[in-house]
Amino acid sequence: MRLHGDLESVLGAPPLAPFDDAVLAFFNDLSKALTMTREYSDVATFGFWCRRAALLKEKSKYDDLDCRLGRGVVFHSTPSNVPVNFAFSFAAGLLAGNANIVRLPGKDFEQASIILGAVSELLAGKHRALAPYLFFVKYPPDKALHDRYSAVCDARVVWGGDGTIAELRQSPLKPRAFDITFADRYSAAVIDADAYLSAADKQGIARDFYNDTYFSDQNACTAPRVIFWLGERKSEAKAVFWASVRALAKEKYSLAPVQAVGKLAAFYRAAAHIPVSLQERGDNYVTRVGVENADAGLMQYKYNSGFYFEYDLSALEDMLPLCGERMQTLTYYGVSKEDLSAFFSKHRPKGVDRAVPMGKSMDFALTWDGYDLIRMLSRKITIL
Amino acid sequence: MTIEEILQTPPFSLDKAAKSSMLTERLMSLTQRHIAACPEYAAMMCGAGFNSQSCESYCDIPFLPVSLFKALDLKSIPDEGVFKIMTSSGTSGQAVSRIYLDRVTASNQQKALVKIVSEFTGSARMPMLIIDSPSTLKNRAMFSARGAGILGFSIFGADKAYALDDDMNLDLPAVEAFLEKHRGKRIFLFGFTFMVWLHFYKELQKLARKPDLSAGVLIHGGGWKRLAGEAVSKDEFKLRLRDACGLADIHDYYGMVEQTGCVYMECERGHLHASAYSDVITRNHIDFSPCAFGESGVVQVVSVLPESYPGHSLLTEDEGVILGEDDCPCGRKGKYFHINGRLQMAEIRGCSDTYAVTR
Repeated sequence: MRLHGDLESVLGAPPLAPFDDAVLAFFNDLSKALTMTREYSDVATFGFWCRRAALLKEKSKYDDLDCRLGRGVVFHSTPSNVPVNFAFSFAAGLLAGNANIVRLPGKDFEQASIILGAVSELLAGKHRALAPYLFFVKYPPDKALHDRYSAVCDARVVWGGDGTIAELRQSPLKPRAFDITFADRYSAAVIDADAYLSAADKQGIARDFYNDTYFSDQNACTAPRVIFWLGERKSEAKAVFWASVRALAKEKYSLAPVQAVGKLAAFYRAAAHIPVSLQERGDNYVTRVGVENADAGLMQYKYNSGFYFEYDLSALEDMLPLCGERMQTLTYYGVSKEDLSAFFSKHRPKGVDRAVPMGKSMDFALTWDGYDLIRMLSRKITIL
Repeated sequence: MTIEEILQTPPFSLDKAAKSSMLTERLMSLTQRHIAACPEYAAMMCGAGFNSQSCESYCDIPFLPVSLFKALDLKSIPDEGVFKIMTSSGTSGQAVSRIYLDRVTASNQQKALVKIVSEFTGSARMPMLIIDSPSTLKNRAMFSARGAGILGFSIFGADKAYALDDDMNLDLPAVEAFLEKHRGKRIFLFGFTFMVWLHFYKELQKLARKPDLSAGVLIHGGGWKRLAGEAVSKDEFKLRLRDACGLADIHDYYGMVEQTGCVYMECERGHLHASAYSDVITRNHIDFSPCAFGESGVVQVVSVLPESYPGHSLLTEDEGVILGEDDCPCGRKGKYFHINGRLQMAEIRGCSDTYAVTR
């Protein structure tokens, strides 16, 4: 497929106001086109996210848009192995009022083709006025191309983790340009045992947990790697919770032999260094590793494919040693927003950028990893 | 039984019951030994909730994934006791396994190898033609798997020659001179499977006048992975070599640097055999329960030899299938099996780039 756009047009495109009407109209039509595709839940999720009503709701959260304009050109380097992340990234850039150079995932994803096809069609037809605002590129890591796009952009958005960030940072930016980087992060979940035991829909909770973890092979930065337990009846709650997660994983997850072997090796690697105990010997769908100390070093032993550290809390503040700058999302069940809010204001952790209800960890928002993308990708004009 | 007594036992003489009780006793004692001497191993067993009281058979002893020997320095001897360190042959940039040997374990490895292989080659030493280049052995400080294999099997050779030069080209004058010198004698050929195929067989094929190796016995190993692109089956490998140079006595072997000495030799019926000094168990990856005979699973290997490092019970990254026990038509006792190949890599999802790190 020929990719839409060219560098010259992007560089010539004047900034737009954030949430420009033309941009909202474009996304609304894109939403219509994408929600028709039923094969891919991630494409449908993006389609649902970018409908006009949803974006207007986002717009209403900002009180200073009148005096804002896009920064100019944003260069996005999107992760190679997540199919639709590039779409959320360019959407944030375009909604903030910018023209966008979008480096697509390295792998050929059908999902990316579907979105790109719909975008190209809209930009060639009804929304051709926005055609200069998007330029898609696809290339394996290449210093010369990194240099070329980095040299002309006003902001660079880099996904894909520490390795890619280090690589892109070899390419200089204009003096006023800056990076927004999405580094390697990890996440946790906190569950109140008593609230869980009194919940009616335990199947639904297992499903939410599954979507936060197994859906991404528990390898997305939003996926909980450690489970914190609050409340009185912890062991009872754990038994019920893990039995229902195990049953669901057994039904839906495809566990390859290398994953099972990898999880066993990960357990032993941790056990060789820190006090841990393997929690039950069921099947290999769920590997539970009880942890005695919530030490900051724990996360170097994290693994994927259903490998969970478990740590008992007497209060939320016991999570603190693990809430360093690398901790991104805290998914919660049975914990009140007030308690979470009090935890953040009282203990001021260096990390944790979002606390979201269980099942919502993958939901993209315009504030991500602690960055308000609309404000960061636009500039504020003062007239005195 | 002491290890000396075990190694006195003819390698294919024990039936299931005798072997099982011998292995259980020896492997339990090795487990205790490593718990006492290797702190990391002790911590792993403690974390896994291992309790020797509840172990009824050697099958209940925990197995360490072989990759742990890449991530950790696991040894049950003081630094002064290290006689040599064996490393796996990883491709450049990959981590390699480090296996720490003391004199006792190294010597027992050699004894076991001699016992096992002699059952297939006879105990007389033979002129040995190594299907590799002399440079493979030059760096003696670190033993690569290929170097270790050559060195290990060299005890079966009297006069040694290399069939390839340092650039991996067939050294035909050297081969012909060697065969001329040993005319009429049985010749022992040894090499890694892909070397034999790519650098020996394929070159022989091009020759108008091929050397006569009908008096030879070839032992080859190292796996078929690197021949995957060649689409050559085990049977075809044998057939084509026989056609090319008359070589008819050919044995594949399965083994790994983590359990050197306990090789699994291919018999006349094409089956790999576990000797009395080691065993294979195939495990279902869903819960690691043992597979039934005939059912494919992840291969676990146990060995009576490792005293200097906790490698007596290991989970490999290979898939295999046990075909039977004590009843191979070749007459050897013990399990016989087939290795299907490496476990398939799984494509793991996630946010962090794979292209940034795999270059």
